[in-house]
Amino acid sequence: MLFRLAWRNIWRNKRRTFITLASILFAVLFASLMESLQKGAWNNMINNIVTFHMGYIQVHQKGYWDEQTLDYAYPLEPAITKTLGLKGVEDALPRLESFALASTGSNTMGVMVTGIEPEGENAMTRIKSRLTAGKFLQENSKGALIAAGIAENLKLGIGDTLLLIGQGYHGVNAAGKYPVEGIVKYPSPDLNRLLVFLPLKEAQWFYGAEGMITSLVIRPTSPKAIVKAQNSLKSVFPSDAYEVMDWKALLPDLLEAKKFDSAGNVIVYFILYTIIAFGLFGTILMMLRERQYEFGLLVAIGMKRRRLGAVVFLEVVLLGLVGALAGIVASMPLVGYFKVNPIQFSGGYSEMMEKFGFEPIFPAEFSFRIFFMQAVIIFVLTALLALFPFRRIRRLKVVEAMRS
Amino acid sequence: MTYAPFKDWENDGRKGAPRGGLTSNLKNQIIMAVIKLDKVSKIYDAGKIPVQALDQVNLEIERGEFTAIVGPSGSGKTTLLNIIGGLDRPSSGDIEVGGVDVDQLSDNKLIDFRKDHIGFVFQSYNLIPVLTALENVEFVMLLQKRSRKERLERARELLQAVGLEDKMDKRPSELSGGQQQRVAVARALAPKPSFILADEPTANLDSTSAGNLLDIMAKLNAQEGITFVFSTHDPRVIERARRVVTLVDGAIASDVRKSEPVQ
Repeated sequence: MLFRLAWRNIWRNKRRTFITLASILFAVLFASLMESLQKGAWNNMINNIVTFHMGYIQVHQKGYWDEQTLDYAYPLEPAITKTLGLKGVEDALPRLESFALASTGSNTMGVMVTGIEPEGENAMTRIKSRLTAGKFLQENSKGALIAAGIAENLKLGIGDTLLLIGQGYHGVNAAGKYPVEGIVKYPSPDLNRLLVFLPLKEAQWFYGAEGMITSLVIRPTSPKAIVKAQNSLKSVFPSDAYEVMDWKALLPDLLEAKKFDSAGNVIVYFILYTIIAFGLFGTILMMLRERQYEFGLLVAIGMKRRRLGAVVFLEVVLLGLVGALAGIVASMPLVGYFKVNPIQFSGGYSEMMEKFGFEPIFPAEFSFRIFFMQAVIIFVLTALLALFPFRRIRRLKVVEAMRS
Repeated sequence: MTYAPFKDWENDGRKGAPRGGLTSNLKNQIIMAVIKLDKVSKIYDAGKIPVQALDQVNLEIERGEFTAIVGPSGSGKTTLLNIIGGLDRPSSGDIEVGGVDVDQLSDNKLIDFRKDHIGFVFQSYNLIPVLTALENVEFVMLLQKRSRKERLERARELLQAVGLEDKMDKRPSELSGGQQQRVAVARALAPKPSFILADEPTANLDSTSAGNLLDIMAKLNAQEGITFVFSTHDPRVIERARRVVTLVDGAIASDVRKSEPVQ
């Protein structure tokens, strides 16, 4: 009956309850949508980089990732053999990667020349689906596959010659001329300005690193098997000679930037929930004032103060929870809509975002965790505010209350 | 005629109760005992000038009495009732109910004492607005941790006894002032109190409703031996009371017992 009492009390002043609920609902809606869009944009970017190029796990010679030079290249064999049959490992893809200058006459830009096994690469990163012009590489191709941003900057088309100059393995000169066989477009602006692909053997020749690779990109049996795959890889690639890194370790700066961006949002949430807290507090104060007599009556007829306090506590918390649930119910279709139909920016804003490395698309992240967290915040907030009536009821003077 | 609700409950079937309450031995003493005030004074000193609401009041009320405390406004009637009911504490003097010095009870024990031994009927707004008549009567028994079956049975019987069997599911806002006061009487009787304190219960009622309410209370007193103590201005109540205690300026000016029974 105490729950019934609390529930009915909430609806005693319907208009006030609806206004309070609406304020909570819109706060949850706004906060959920904001967080969903922000996480969606970041996750989209990370997903683009991880699934379209970087992979979930990479194996390098120890020290490579800090310096990323060819001096840390290691023999393809027996490394590739070691990965066979490991728990959680579906496939291993060899790459030889280093930076070089790409040039066409008067235009020059820095690129990352990546030697790949074309079919294996396609199986893992679906690179062929990004082809916008020309054809995909074969194992024995003598040409290059370039990202669309490079083609645009260097004004290259299919069949044009790309000149690559760089430093090879152990300081040898690396230079080569490659006809552009295909152009691939990445959603990530960073990758789009960076990647040049050669068949692995061609890249090994270019860098003077016969039979060598810089990394093994590992495809786990499923994204959930990353830890299992990483552990089994560590058992065959000892840590004194190799580094087995998951995507989080490979992208620390990006994750840090994401965290920093999220921290900025905390300020917005703080302002939002402070406003809500004042609204709720006002409701509580009005309710306490209106019900002085009733509280006096209840204590007079034998209701313990802590029990009465618990009923009022329940009322406030229920109000918060109903508001939060209504907010979540209202948020779900809206967030779902923006997940299916991402916000797409164009014009100057789009260019600005691309400069910062963001794809100008904001797909919302539909995560129950986001909604749940909003409910938790509201619950904690209302629970803290609901302590105030406890204090007032503890100090209530029955006779004075019943004179009110 | 004997009202079923006033048969003794065969056992005190509260779940785990009374926590921090009184022993059954003490309860028996209360049922047999009287209200006894010995030189009770009450001084309010919240303002600049202290106000003497009660001045050395000596009063004994025995079981089964139908007593009206009368007097002009500000004479201390409500203060006296509040002190007897443990809603307020005296500035000096002793108050005993069934041998229990209620002034010495802690706040929590005093709340338990009121819940188990005193029924209250106030002037108005007696009921919890969001509960139905039945739930209002049930409520105190819920606080006493009576079983749901027991609560419902007794609440229904009590509402029947005050003539509201067809209004059980109505909320206070759907009842007239007189009906609300009758629910309040049923609620006051629900915990099987030692006595009922009624603070101007007819003040806001028309004469028919007031008459009905007084009939019910007089019948409960006459047939069931329920002790009633009223504070009132109402001549209709004074006329029906068997004992009239008159207060003037916080002191007892007269205490008259009538010989004829209440009608």
